[in-house]
Amino acid sequence: MDIHDALEIVSKTDPGMVRSHNEDSVTYDADLGLVVLADGMGGYNAGEVASGIAVSVLSSEVRHRLEDAHPEDLDGAGEELGVVLLRDNVKKANLSIFRAAQSQPQYAGMGTTIVTALFYDDRVAVVHVGDSRMYRLRGEEFESVTRDHSLLQEQIDSGMISKEDARLSKNKNLVTRAVGIDADVDPELHVHEVQVGDIYLLCSDGLNDMVEDEDIGTTLQMLQNNLPLAATQLIQLANDNGGRDNVSVILVKVKGRYAAPRGWWQKLYSWFGN
Amino acid sequence: MPAKLILSMDGAVLKEYPLNKERTTIGRKPHNDIVIDNLAVSSDHAAIVTILNDSFLEDLDSTNGLAVNGTPTKKHFLQNNDVIEIGKYKLKYLNDQPTQTSAADFEKTMVLRAPVKMSPKEGFAKSPLDVTVTRKTEATAQFNATNSGMATEASAGQPPAAVVQILNGPNAGKELELVKNLTTLGKPGVQVAVLARRPHGFFITHVEGGSFPTVNGSSIGEQPHQLRDHDLIELAGVKMEFYFKT
Repeated sequence: MDIHDALEIVSKTDPGMVRSHNEDSVTYDADLGLVVLADGMGGYNAGEVASGIAVSVLSSEVRHRLEDAHPEDLDGAGEELGVVLLRDNVKKANLSIFRAAQSQPQYAGMGTTIVTALFYDDRVAVVHVGDSRMYRLRGEEFESVTRDHSLLQEQIDSGMISKEDARLSKNKNLVTRAVGIDADVDPELHVHEVQVGDIYLLCSDGLNDMVEDEDIGTTLQMLQNNLPLAATQLIQLANDNGGRDNVSVILVKVKGRYAAPRGWWQKLYSWFGN
Repeated sequence: MPAKLILSMDGAVLKEYPLNKERTTIGRKPHNDIVIDNLAVSSDHAAIVTILNDSFLEDLDSTNGLAVNGTPTKKHFLQNNDVIEIGKYKLKYLNDQPTQTSAADFEKTMVLRAPVKMSPKEGFAKSPLDVTVTRKTEATAQFNATNSGMATEASAGQPPAAVVQILNGPNAGKELELVKNLTTLGKPGVQVAVLARRPHGFFITHVEGGSFPTVNGSSIGEQPHQLRDHDLIELAGVKMEFYFKT
């Protein structure tokens, strides 16, 4: 199945109930199976600038490179192009933001978190930096696929604080990695197998800080046959709980398999198919 | 303002200690930060590790142990007004930093330049916390009065309890209490609607199916529709009445 037909994607972003403007940026490209979500930080409108740069670098560069190549192609080092594209372009976005911040005083210190995924060959490659997340609903099971780069997550990992107690912490929102604050960045990358029926949720911390994971999971489960409504409902939940931050969601539903064509005849078939 | 501990015995306050160090130790020996010269107290009894605005209490294998709010414990994530008991002594933990949900100013996301490495054994963070970037710095300045009112009201309130009663078919007479944030009605694949409980009331929205549900005989379309007491809902041939419990 063509990636465009295999996936259903919706995205929604909202400034929330308190903030005057929205520093989150989201985009997706259904023809490529690419989704990008960034949550900017920095004074004045620098946060929007940073998240905007990240999202536009990712979407334009990946689109450009995939015009005459496939994400499952291997590069010289034996790595898949899809993986390389995500990682290298997060680094590229990092450098663009860092340079802009250095050359323009009003952008000094700006940065952004990012979570981006590329769906190809019955898999999904995910890259993230900071505390923007990707979750997966598979059957009854709803869980986070990414692990935050945050002080709180490190405290949870070291056993210092339990997951339940983490909600009581006064040290939320301290990220240990971000895009654009240094000349280099260390993006975390994973590739996961995808099953038909899976729903992936990418979100900014404005959602998971305001809404318990359990409620997010229940909402997705109940409204999985109407993704636009599910997205609206999630944002409404965050706002009903106070909406203290910008909130953005991207939902991706896997409707069919999208394995890359393997044999010569399959390639030929898909070539005629286009 | 840093969190602090107030040492008392038999209701009499003895001393106040600010928690302005990464590690504050409690014990009988004079090298401790909080010295309690009493034989029931071990020479190195306990330690409190403070990371930014959070403090963690840890028993250092003391002979007589310690309790927090009456419960014996080895390790505890301190919350405002917790009372630590060591023998006859009491240490009250006060941290009036606003919690995240009560102060917008507090939610700015910041980047920690030096990743904080910690091992649970050795006593947590060692690197200085160099906070460099603030997210949404203007948030408090532009905090809008109407919005703030709505936000607090929204997070506080729940609408009164409500019920949907089925009026026809084999399940006639059955009541469905709307106790969750979302309740779905109908048959998957045929027609489904969702009832959302929100702070200012209950809303019905179409989820899937060829036709829309009706309320009091008129189709609700794609948009959420707020329900009033004794509204009549019909979907997939089933008639239901919505009403508030009194």
